[in-house]
Amino acid sequence: MRWGVLQFPGSCDERDALHACERTGAEARLVWHEERDLEGVDAVVIPGGFSYGDYLRAGAIARFSPAMEAVAEFATAGGPVLGICNGFQVLCEAGLLPGALLLNESLRFVCRQLDLIAVDGPETGHIDTFEARRPTLSIPAKHGEGRYFAAEEVLDALEAKGQIAYCYAPGQNPNGSARDIAGIRNEAGNVVGLMPHPEHAVDPLTGSTDGLRVFEAVAAAGVPA
Amino acid sequence: MAKARVLIRPKEGILDPQGKAVERALPALGFEGIEQVRVGRMVELEADDPERLGELCEKLLANPLIEDYEIERLDGAA
Repeated sequence: MRWGVLQFPGSCDERDALHACERTGAEARLVWHEERDLEGVDAVVIPGGFSYGDYLRAGAIARFSPAMEAVAEFATAGGPVLGICNGFQVLCEAGLLPGALLLNESLRFVCRQLDLIAVDGPETGHIDTFEARRPTLSIPAKHGEGRYFAAEEVLDALEAKGQIAYCYAPGQNPNGSARDIAGIRNEAGNVVGLMPHPEHAVDPLTGSTDGLRVFEAVAAAGVPA
Repeated sequence: MAKARVLIRPKEGILDPQGKAVERALPALGFEGIEQVRVGRMVELEADDPERLGELCEKLLANPLIEDYEIERLDGAA
């Protein structure tokens, strides 16, 4: 099992993401944004940061990179893709996940440890073997534009189809996201995006290893390459 | 080259915290009676083929899920 971790100009969490992938027992390598080839990669992380300076809108320019073209094909073929924070924004801008991420309601940058509830996936997604053991994950969030938004009928459809992957625990919604949504998955279950940072919660030294379960769940959700 | 200006604003009904923050700051400066402040973005550009500006807005300049846009031609053309 080998993860590919995308690296854009302005990415800042790609090293932690590499480390997190390796801690699950897998191999991992960086994929530079100009690479058009995901050869030998079984799963992809789009890490956090400020790709291309977040100019225009967060994630708006990164979606046109050669590496993202490759990721779009990979995702369509069923390959597992995990977008974290800026990576979640990129997936939404690219149309691989529905909705958009807006400025936090408070206008403040949020940086704190949060409890997330892992929500069951669609039956076809078989994503939850790890989450089923314990319903909440303690994971840090750090973002200024994390307010998940989608039209009401889209939110209803996400709920009905089991596409809400992670919710903020009651009372902990840090940004005003619709229906406390912290992360969603596509209909097939192989593309997952979330605002909090599982790659920063993989070592007992920093208080929680719950983030590993997110990487493991996504790796298990895709069609093996 | 055709000159144009693109105005991009948050869609109606979408909470615009920037607009709210500006609105709340105004009374302290003595500006009373200002409401419904919305903050958007303006892009000025010159285009060889202004017919494609709509497509450009849909694909990049605006996110049609959350933003409305308006293209204003500055060279007199409609």
